[in-house]
Amino acid sequence: MYRAHVLVCGGTGCSSSHSGEILEEMNRQIKEYGLENEVQTVRTGCFGLCALGPIMIVYPEGAFYSRVKVEDVKEIVEEHLLKGRVVTRLLYDETVDKDGGPIKALDSTNFYSKQVRVALRNCGVINPEQIDEYIARDGYQALAKVLTEMTPQEVIEVVKASGLRGRGGAGFPTGMKWQFTAAAKGDGKYVCCNADEGDPGAFMDRSVLEGDPHCVLEAMTIAGYAIGAHQGYIYVRAEYPIAVKRLQIAIEQSRAYGLLGDNILGTGFAFDIELRLGAGAFVCGEETALMRSIEGKRGEPRPRPPFPANKGLFDKPTLLNNVETYANIAQIILRGADWFAGMGTEKSKGTKVFALGGKITNTGLVEIPMGTTLREIVEDIGGGVPNGKKFKAVQTGGPSGGCIPAEYMDIPIDYESLAAIGSIVGSGGMIVMDEDTCMVDMAKFFLEFTCDESCGKCTPCRIGTRRLLEILDKIISGKGEMSDLDELEELAQHIKDTALCGLGQTAPNPVLATLKYFRDEYVAHIVEKRCPAGVCKALLHYEIDPAKCKGCTLCARNCPVGAITGKVREPHVIDPAKCIKCGLCMQNCKFGAVLKK
Amino acid sequence: MISIEELKAIREKMQPTLGLRDDTKQTRIVVGMATCGIAAGARPVLQALTEEVAKRQLKDVMVTQTGCIGLCRLEPIVEVYMGDEKTTYVKMTAEKAKQIVASHIVNHQVVTEYTIGANE
Repeated sequence: MYRAHVLVCGGTGCSSSHSGEILEEMNRQIKEYGLENEVQTVRTGCFGLCALGPIMIVYPEGAFYSRVKVEDVKEIVEEHLLKGRVVTRLLYDETVDKDGGPIKALDSTNFYSKQVRVALRNCGVINPEQIDEYIARDGYQALAKVLTEMTPQEVIEVVKASGLRGRGGAGFPTGMKWQFTAAAKGDGKYVCCNADEGDPGAFMDRSVLEGDPHCVLEAMTIAGYAIGAHQGYIYVRAEYPIAVKRLQIAIEQSRAYGLLGDNILGTGFAFDIELRLGAGAFVCGEETALMRSIEGKRGEPRPRPPFPANKGLFDKPTLLNNVETYANIAQIILRGADWFAGMGTEKSKGTKVFALGGKITNTGLVEIPMGTTLREIVEDIGGGVPNGKKFKAVQTGGPSGGCIPAEYMDIPIDYESLAAIGSIVGSGGMIVMDEDTCMVDMAKFFLEFTCDESCGKCTPCRIGTRRLLEILDKIISGKGEMSDLDELEELAQHIKDTALCGLGQTAPNPVLATLKYFRDEYVAHIVEKRCPAGVCKALLHYEIDPAKCKGCTLCARNCPVGAITGKVREPHVIDPAKCIKCGLCMQNCKFGAVLKK
Repeated sequence: MISIEELKAIREKMQPTLGLRDDTKQTRIVVGMATCGIAAGARPVLQALTEEVAKRQLKDVMVTQTGCIGLCRLEPIVEVYMGDEKTTYVKMTAEKAKQIVASHIVNHQVVTEYTIGANE
């Protein structure tokens, strides 16, 4: 019986910061001190507070060690595991009791106290490569209940009553989708899982797949029972190698226990799941393109109707849901639709996982009830904008999304409220921006992405996004005209109305949203040829303040293109025609005389 | 292929292991594990306490260790923090530890003869 457990995060973030080596060193030191029979080490999934990784939690005390290095491991074993003295300097600051009391529970910290972990409930708690640990946390109990106590229609009713909506971004009522697919006529239906997570900055699904792959397998099996399917496919992007590996192990362990295959739990129900790997195309996250990709064809969307519920993969009725949507199913079955519907707002029930990134202190993954305000997310949970900078806006929904400016800080985050102001909840990516972010540049970043990822099938997207990008480039390089703004808006609206799939239909959103809320920045770029945030290089110029310049010649001597002239002890001058804006002069000047405008 | 009963059995078996990974416990049992404690035999006491709590599947109970409590001649020492009360047991052994769990933790009856008050 182990008296202590050491949990080391094995998610992608911490793994790339050497958490694998930390775990190896931990095992070595534990053996060195003869504690192998007393201390268990576990590689878990993502705890969520990625900004402080690599993360290690030691139970039973619940010591949350952050920014752990391999060199720290020996001290942790010697002091904490052997002598019971928690290594305070490595603890997450907010869990340290300043009066010397015992460690404060994680649930009391700002980052965790407002979170309700449903989809993420097992992430950071279990070893995802051990099916027994999933079972210990009520794993596969929902499947057992469904197969023995419920009819397929009863399952669908529970999902409908819960109010769960698709977490991939569109927010379509999940229960309804299951109902349509169940009602569809066809021999041989399929259950698919969209694990392609292509939005830049989004890693919610990645963490679920890496930290709790079984919850997806169990939910897909339940879905198969509900709609009458016996084969499932998980389409997972190849850029998630850890997730792919964990899924493969989970499927093998599930099959070994007969929880996948023929005669599951002795009930006669058969269901199996296979993986299909994506190859780097964002458009393959679109449902019809995804199915074409599984069929072995080039990922391109097609018009709907017919909807996949009636005619999808291999022309059979197909149910496709997002990873996070599935991650909620088992809990809804076990704890009831009313429990889930009791959280969130009237039309947006339950919780949502968000990936907080950008200019925010607590970057990482959070799961909160729908309806939590933006202010709570940014200031309480997120810990505010660092370095004393001012909050400017939050970009939600990745390349399909709009932005939420500071005036809407108290808006509840749910599907309806965000749609009302021209934004979307999307898949959960939330990028915080401060006064140093240029909104025009931000719109260009996302447009470059969608333009690159356009499959090319329909003209509005293939050519339209490129034309939008060219206009933005024109504005950012200082050659914009006011008529460009009208053209942007008109073109953007045309593309939204005529593109074949969601990629094209939503690609203009960042442009439209930033034009709506930050039009003044666009105007400054065009009329004043100035970037208010100081980001767009073409519009910046460096100049020397003659009042501060001492004529030390340091800048002139270091300028790579010889753009600075001046005599010793006399104010120097930068020739804007030669200046390449590398910023070297500003870095070198000891008198703060070089200004960037 | 496992049956539903076997599924439940796996869950029961694994519960104590997973139960350890929860830091919102109400009752804390602290064992002095400094050099004096270990020399006096605190390791078996710690082991016995951990096993007993797991065996009885007690939720809300954390067994942890600390450094030197100060009364080295009375080691091994076990302190029980329950609610607002703190009880200090001295000269502990693995056997006495099991009795403490049964009597104090489960039945809320302090075992007075093992406390510091009775052994000064």
